[in-house]
Amino acid sequence: MKIYVPCDAAALALGADKVAEAIESQLKNRHIEAQIVRNGSRGMLWLEPLVEVETPQGRVAYGPVPPDSVAGLFEAGFTRGGEHPLRLGLTEEIPFLKKQERLTFARCGITDPLSLADYIAHDGYRGLERALQMEPAAIVEEVANSGLRGRGGAGFPTGIKWRTVLNAAADRKYIVCNADEGDSGTYADRLLMEGDPFVLIEGMTIAGIAVGATRGYIYIRSEYPHAFRTVQKTIAIARDKGYLGPNVAGSGKAFDLEARLGAGAYICGEETALLESLEGRRGQIRPKPPLPAIEGLFGKPTVVNNVISLASVPIILNKGAQFYQDFGMGRSRGTLTIQLAGNIKHGGLVEKAFGLTLREAIYDFGGGTATGRPLRAVQVGGPLGAYFPESLLDTPLDYEAFAAKRGLVGHGGIVVFDDTADMAKQARYAMEFCAIESCGKCTPCRIGSTRGVEVIDRITANQERTRNLQLLDDLCETMVDGSLCALGGLTPYPVLSAVQYFPDDFRKPAPAPQDADASQEISSWR
Amino acid sequence: MSQIQAFDADRALARIQELKHLDGALLPMLHALQDEFGYVDEAAVPLIADTLNISKAEVEGVISFYHDFRRLPPGRHVLRLCRAESCQSMGCDKTIAHVEQRLGVKLGETTPDGAITLRDVFCLGLCAHSPAAMLDGEPHGRVTPQVADMLIESAGRRQ
Ligand SMILES: Cc1cc2nc3c(=O)[nH]c(=O)nc-3n(C[C@H](O)[C@H](O)[C@H](O)COP(=O)(O)O)c2cc1C
Ligand code: SF4
Ligand code: FES
Ligand code: FES
Repeated sequence: MKIYVPCDAAALALGADKVAEAIESQLKNRHIEAQIVRNGSRGMLWLEPLVEVETPQGRVAYGPVPPDSVAGLFEAGFTRGGEHPLRLGLTEEIPFLKKQERLTFARCGITDPLSLADYIAHDGYRGLERALQMEPAAIVEEVANSGLRGRGGAGFPTGIKWRTVLNAAADRKYIVCNADEGDSGTYADRLLMEGDPFVLIEGMTIAGIAVGATRGYIYIRSEYPHAFRTVQKTIAIARDKGYLGPNVAGSGKAFDLEARLGAGAYICGEETALLESLEGRRGQIRPKPPLPAIEGLFGKPTVVNNVISLASVPIILNKGAQFYQDFGMGRSRGTLTIQLAGNIKHGGLVEKAFGLTLREAIYDFGGGTATGRPLRAVQVGGPLGAYFPESLLDTPLDYEAFAAKRGLVGHGGIVVFDDTADMAKQARYAMEFCAIESCGKCTPCRIGSTRGVEVIDRITANQERTRNLQLLDDLCETMVDGSLCALGGLTPYPVLSAVQYFPDDFRKPAPAPQDADASQEISSWR
Repeated sequence: MSQIQAFDADRALARIQELKHLDGALLPMLHALQDEFGYVDEAAVPLIADTLNISKAEVEGVISFYHDFRRLPPGRHVLRLCRAESCQSMGCDKTIAHVEQRLGVKLGETTPDGAITLRDVFCLGLCAHSPAAMLDGEPHGRVTPQVADMLIESAGRRQ
């Protein structure tokens, strides 16, 4: 019999290690034979620690399980799936999970992340197997035909990027995985690296074989020490079993990997800053061109892709481009990994074909706000994404539909705020974050963001409000036009959307009767 | 964090030498030094510069760019409180104010007895359990002021 207790950091954050210890000691005291498996998370994070028990009917879930409830679970016979107030029934039947379309996260939470045998038993390495029978150009075309677009934020077609690297002649090429996941409200990369790390390694290996790269790096932010350790262990196992190294899976082709730690700089999630950092320098943006695909890491042609982009490649190769392409809407093909965060009742990961509306994600999956208060604002796509009011909740999660509303799907993080949120404070924070994380290359970003904080402070203090709102608008326009990268270029979006949709928050504390409506002052946003 | 050792130039050099075969070895070296000693000592800068054949100014520039690298030893425990948007939506400001008041220091500072260094962080990937925190590298979710008190007390017991 197997008992599953997740080792995902989100489960650990609520005491999963103590739960595992308590189960272990109960098993011993009661002389019950069982194996505790430390699986990844199923992504139903509000139910963590989510403990599962293997029964003849399937896996039965209990959650959330605080450490001090373990004795009671044993009293209720939970090792046989017994009744208990924390019993949730068969895991697969929980609506939050059942309504999803798990392609990239098919195995996450089901298997032991460090077991290669588990991985292979659950369709692992089938994509690589097929790729090894194909010509490199055919692999690239398969990925291109799937319609896969980069999941790191920009949504650039992955196949086109790979084609550029394949066609670039060089003595050395690289595959770099961007696991810097700095956007607040996102954790899909972390969940995958901790829950199913082999699929990332398989995806990177396929990428290497496709474009002719023999070496890869996974750049993981230092805020994710657990993911880093899991990925390092997985790389060692894959190498030991011949899935990495000079002769990948007996193919005669070489590919090897190394995991590297970031050092607490949001900007290193931008691909050229990331490459600078990997080379051992300050994480400052490189002007493009040249594209990393032509001159990337150490000046060599380099594929830089997000964790989820790379981890989606194995299923595309295994099931074919058409299978993947059949999910989604418009030009957004396949599945999006939505991450429900912030003030939300049922926070967690939802993998679903593109096209779900924001409202469906927040209410049908997320169950509304955690506090039970009315929803006021939603930020999608991290710190550079616009703040949406309730009236935009019917926007479908699709790159183009969001762009049309000046929003950003980004990495798929959704942060919900209830009616206690002060949107002027959120706008100020957006500017402050930009000032703290600016790489320093462009004046509009570096200085403009600091000025932005000051101007917002003057607006909220009711000092020459109308003039300062115009100043804020001008400042934002300068940042949009004069920044080299999206940190300076998109920070105005959360700021101006807050002014546009929540003008009252900028009129406090003492609204004078002649005060202009704040949203009328931001012409550059409209 | 009890395994942290006082700075020792020979051991620092040994750690640096172990990593010099890596391409782009500077960040791994800085991390190794910080893991071992809790910070990057001034005296390590010329050792790295000589090993990598780059200028001391370049090493300094990299250390100062990244928020992680410290130039002074931290407290015996490091408590990081997340202050990014998701945690804001669940009241991290309240937790932060409470902890600052209780410890009598601000984010970025160390208590006078050297027990706790308080630091902010922009997202720990625990946004479904905001507000989030990390104590000596271990994650914690739903960190209300009461939970923060428990964390501080548990750190006190461990010394
Ligand atoms: C300020 C900034 C931060 C970024 N952070 C990340 C990140 O944390 N993770 C990521 O995958 N991409 C991030 N990106 C996007 C990358 O520059 C790049 O587009 C991406 O890694 C390409 O991979 P993809 O095509 O698979 O998405 C960021 C971009 C900017 C401008
Ligand atoms: S916009 Fe900001 S972060 Fe981006 S390159 Fe310019 S200074 Fe650096
Ligand atoms: S480098 Fe000066 S404004 Fe961009
Ligand atoms: S914003 Fe605090 S953990 Fe993500």
